[in-house]
Amino acid sequence: MEQRRNAVIVGGNRIPFARAGGSYASASNLDMLTAAIDGLAARYGLAGKRVGEVAGGAVLKHSRDFNLTREAVLGSALSPSTPAVDLQQACATGLQAVVYIANKIRVGMVDDGIAGGVDSVSDSPMAVSNGLRKALLAANSAKTLPARLKALSAIRPGDLIPDPPAVTEPRTGLSMGDHQAITTKRWGITREAQDELAMLSHQNLARAWSEGFFDDLVTPYLRVQKDQGVRPDTTMEKLAKLRPVFGRGDDATMTAGNSTGFFDGASVAYLAEESFAKANHLPVLARFVDAETAAVDHVVAGDDMLLAPTEAAARLLARQGLTLQDFDFYEIHEAFAGTVLSTLKAWESDEYCRERLGLDGALGSIDRTKLNVNGSSLAAGHPFAATGGRIVATLAKLLHAKGDVDGRKARGLISVCAAGGQGVVAILEAV
Amino acid sequence: MAKKFDPIEMIATSPLGRAIGNSAAGRSVATKLGVPPAAELRRGRKAPAGPIVLGTVGAGDGLVARTLTLLGIEPAEPVLDTPDARTADENGKPQPPRYAGKIGALVLDLTGLATVAELEQVRAVLRPAVRALEGSGRLVLVGRVPETMEVLEARAVQQGLDGLNRTLAKELRAGATSNLVWLDPATSAEGFASTLSFLLDGRSAYVDGQSWRVDAVSPEGLDVASTSPYADRIVVVTGAARGIGEAIARTFARDGATVVCVDVPAAGDALSKVANEIRGTALQLDITGAEAGATIAAHVSGRYGADKRIHAIIHNAGITRDRMLANLDEKLWGAVLEVNLAAQLRMNAQLLDGRDGGIADGGAIVGISSTSGIAGNKGQANYATSKAAVIGMVRAMAPELASRGITVNAVGPGFIETDMTAAIPFVQREIFKRSNSLQQGGKPVDVAETIAYLASPASAAVTGQVIRVCGQALVGQ
Repeated sequence: MEQRRNAVIVGGNRIPFARAGGSYASASNLDMLTAAIDGLAARYGLAGKRVGEVAGGAVLKHSRDFNLTREAVLGSALSPSTPAVDLQQACATGLQAVVYIANKIRVGMVDDGIAGGVDSVSDSPMAVSNGLRKALLAANSAKTLPARLKALSAIRPGDLIPDPPAVTEPRTGLSMGDHQAITTKRWGITREAQDELAMLSHQNLARAWSEGFFDDLVTPYLRVQKDQGVRPDTTMEKLAKLRPVFGRGDDATMTAGNSTGFFDGASVAYLAEESFAKANHLPVLARFVDAETAAVDHVVAGDDMLLAPTEAAARLLARQGLTLQDFDFYEIHEAFAGTVLSTLKAWESDEYCRERLGLDGALGSIDRTKLNVNGSSLAAGHPFAATGGRIVATLAKLLHAKGDVDGRKARGLISVCAAGGQGVVAILEAV
Repeated sequence: MAKKFDPIEMIATSPLGRAIGNSAAGRSVATKLGVPPAAELRRGRKAPAGPIVLGTVGAGDGLVARTLTLLGIEPAEPVLDTPDARTADENGKPQPPRYAGKIGALVLDLTGLATVAELEQVRAVLRPAVRALEGSGRLVLVGRVPETMEVLEARAVQQGLDGLNRTLAKELRAGATSNLVWLDPATSAEGFASTLSFLLDGRSAYVDGQSWRVDAVSPEGLDVASTSPYADRIVVVTGAARGIGEAIARTFARDGATVVCVDVPAAGDALSKVANEIRGTALQLDITGAEAGATIAAHVSGRYGADKRIHAIIHNAGITRDRMLANLDEKLWGAVLEVNLAAQLRMNAQLLDGRDGGIADGGAIVGISSTSGIAGNKGQANYATSKAAVIGMVRAMAPELASRGITVNAVGPGFIETDMTAAIPFVQREIFKRSNSLQQGGKPVDVAETIAYLASPASAAVTGQVIRVCGQALVGQ
């Protein structure tokens, strides 16, 4: 472990997150990721320079974007000699890209790298039906005109209806919200608790914006200057009026107010080896300490699909010899308010921590004033693969400002849940 | 950037004005009125095509000749219009002697000019030259700061050059310009070189009928003729995302500078494009913040090294909030003064207090004044006040910072063709942009070139000056 080099977060850049179908409706994933990289290049003087590697990805991805990140690099101000790789792990794509780049830096394969992600619900791919696709492929490989026509004649009217992008889990047929609704109910998370978390997210993000916190984290794009999801004037009363959209029955609690909607956006974080950063006059905000990925069986065993981070955290804390209370900031991705609250409740549960996580007892509760202090996905919006980069850059800046706490470096814990029953947690430490 | 001539715009933007200005008939009238097409100006680092003639009147000490030698220019001999040199034409009328062909420029060393009688020699050398001057040619009058002349008559004739210069500028055609430089008795060739080079070059294209002073300071250990005077130097440009600010950033980058491009966070998109293209860095910053200067300094020392300092800061960011005073409330009044004046004063104070990443000794500060600040402008009480105050700031700071070798100057743009002025309807715009001796609008790069000249380490002898980049606008001095 001691042999490894330090990977530090230099900074980040993202475009404001915009409501789907709105301001970025005509922008592609490639456009947005390129814009995010360009803003980063301008901030850190990377134009024309070769960066060790760029890792990024998108959850909703066109087949033509098979080389999305590399194409974004080629369209950006970075030197075209900068290699790039596409990664994908649902909503954890951005954070997993950070882990990938950090590890390459730590083992000495690269000195610096950019990690991030992008997603556009507005410009999501739409597939043709299987019947149409097979007929077209057959026609394409047919040698003669009659053969081609014969192949095409196999198309039935029903084949012409396109397949919209699936927002459901392939193996359960349930949407993400339906899965969380089960979890929310199982953990007894109240409507009020969810609404309160949502309100705080909006208030915190609005305050951060008004304080200029994002001045060096966000670059405007297509005339959008701020995150469009943030509602500074949100109140418990307003949130209480919303009708539930996930779950069934009178006790359904998940509304559009305490669940993330569809957003378009892109984000990147810039990482470097610590001495490389200093030699190149780059800011050193935070050190990447460690990360862990976990997966649960939501299909057969009926595990809570979005609670995989609880398991990842238990393993990561054990590996690092830390307790859940050893952190100054907690960045828990707000896919749904219920996700955050059931995650916290799981960690507080003696039974869950013993039986599921194999611990001696509960990990315990956290100081809620340290949670998502500058807002999270409920307010900022959640363009799937772009969330990891947003969180990493935000947390790194917070940690750097905090500096030392009780004679040690300030620490932050990131938790991101993902489709497929997966979750990634990571630890950053102030430098 | 800012709107410069509000009254015209008020007409132009009125419904009737728009209807007329944008109509085909309106365009046709403008063309048929016989307005000549404007001359294409020589721009950039481009010398005059024809020979550069050096004329001397009075007991000059050869300073101008030495300066030309420093710049690698071998001057040609002047043709003088003396009565016995004239020849009769076919009608028997006496004609002044002619140059063999077009000349590129006449540089007139008048540093020894001391008597009224000697002014006749000035006329004699000017007459053939004015007739032979090529398109975008140059007249450069080099005098001596009147107050430094000991004899009353000498002071008077040196001041007289100002009227002569302004008139020549109005009479020249085809993009040719005339400007006057007053030197200190101790000005060196090295100290004067950057100014003479700028005036002869295409870089001074839209500077016409102006006069300014060059002090005795002599830049040392510099190649005064260098085309990349800013190599290894950091220049900060505020309002760099678009328009004139963008041109300033690009011009400094062309001349070798590492440019820190500053603009409000809302303009970050355009800002990052400029910064990336010129290989600089973008700093999204509201300059009205109390710590804006400190933030810039931190960016410079953080991004470029703790030992790095700013060579020059260009206070280009500015806003307009036009209203007649009768309709001007404290918000519109205050916003303009805050951005155009108070922010600059605060940033300068922070960047000059010796902190890491601040302005280096031997550095430069350049502000942007305006025709409105010089001449006043209906509907722009706030803007005109702020822009006149910039002139005050320059004059006050220049002597204060002289001991640190920091120069402080300003430019005063006239009608500059930007996206904003392009929105004025055709006829109004035509009238407006032709209301100057060059009969055309300037380009953002013209303002940028003048700023780059003023901020250059080779221009250490130029401080406390305000140079208008207005093609000698009819409005103002």
